[in-house]
Amino acid sequence: MSLSVFMFYLLSGIILTFSVLSITTRRILRAAVYLLFVLVATSGLYFMLKYEFMAAVQLTLYAGGIVVLIIFSILLTHHISHRFNRPALMNLLMGISVAVVGSTVVLATLLTHPFKASNVAQLPVDMSAIGNQLLSTGKNGYVLPFELISILLLAAMIAAIVVAKKEKNKNSEI
Amino acid sequence: MIEGIGIEHFLVVSTLMFFIGVCGFIIRRNLITMLMSVELILNSVNINFLVFNRYLYPDQLQGHFFSLFVVGIAAAEASVAIALIINIYRSLQNIDVENVSEMKY
Repeated sequence: MSLSVFMFYLLSGIILTFSVLSITTRRILRAAVYLLFVLVATSGLYFMLKYEFMAAVQLTLYAGGIVVLIIFSILLTHHISHRFNRPALMNLLMGISVAVVGSTVVLATLLTHPFKASNVAQLPVDMSAIGNQLLSTGKNGYVLPFELISILLLAAMIAAIVVAKKEKNKNSEI
Repeated sequence: MIEGIGIEHFLVVSTLMFFIGVCGFIIRRNLITMLMSVELILNSVNINFLVFNRYLYPDQLQGHFFSLFVVGIAAAEASVAIALIINIYRSLQNIDVENVSEMKY
């Protein structure tokens, strides 16, 4: 077994184990830390695919940004020692059956579909190639979605600030 | 592509991760853990985009851009959702979905 195959199975094992743990653990802070492990292992998969830029984006944005945001909000809204009740039996059965049925259908489709791996020479994926194509207006250019998502991010930022802002307490002003 | 690992291996991992996320979304009763399940789902979709890009169209970059946009939208969604959760917590002292039914009737 070569090293890359071993790494792949190691990373997939980490991803699957910790994603199951992160939805079943009864302590919320642990769930966030398990989610962090899943995201870091995913960026390891991107490194194996030789997509270093996406792996870096995954590490900085997901593992560095979103998980920290989630942990902050956990600390704002829960006691550290808080433990969840067990999920209701009905929900548990529904969730597991949906997951089993859905994954069976999708896996049956995937494993019978013949994927033809392309033998075209790989494009060197460096920063300049990504940047040039992302901001080009010609064929296969992605400048319009880029601008749209910049507006979306601005709107989301303003919305988050406005929603989370503390309302002025009228009594305290007097 | 990686020697010795077919495209199916990656797809099986991402499929299982997706449905673990769906399962978590159904069985959890807390808004923050539901948000974490959504992150799992989005992340598994990202793996799919990049693997298809690497194995089937290695001379193009489309999968890259789609996963970049997914990451951006996930960040926006997480920030707005957490702002809402904090606001709900402020008014109800609680963020379980069963208790957030004030706007329902």
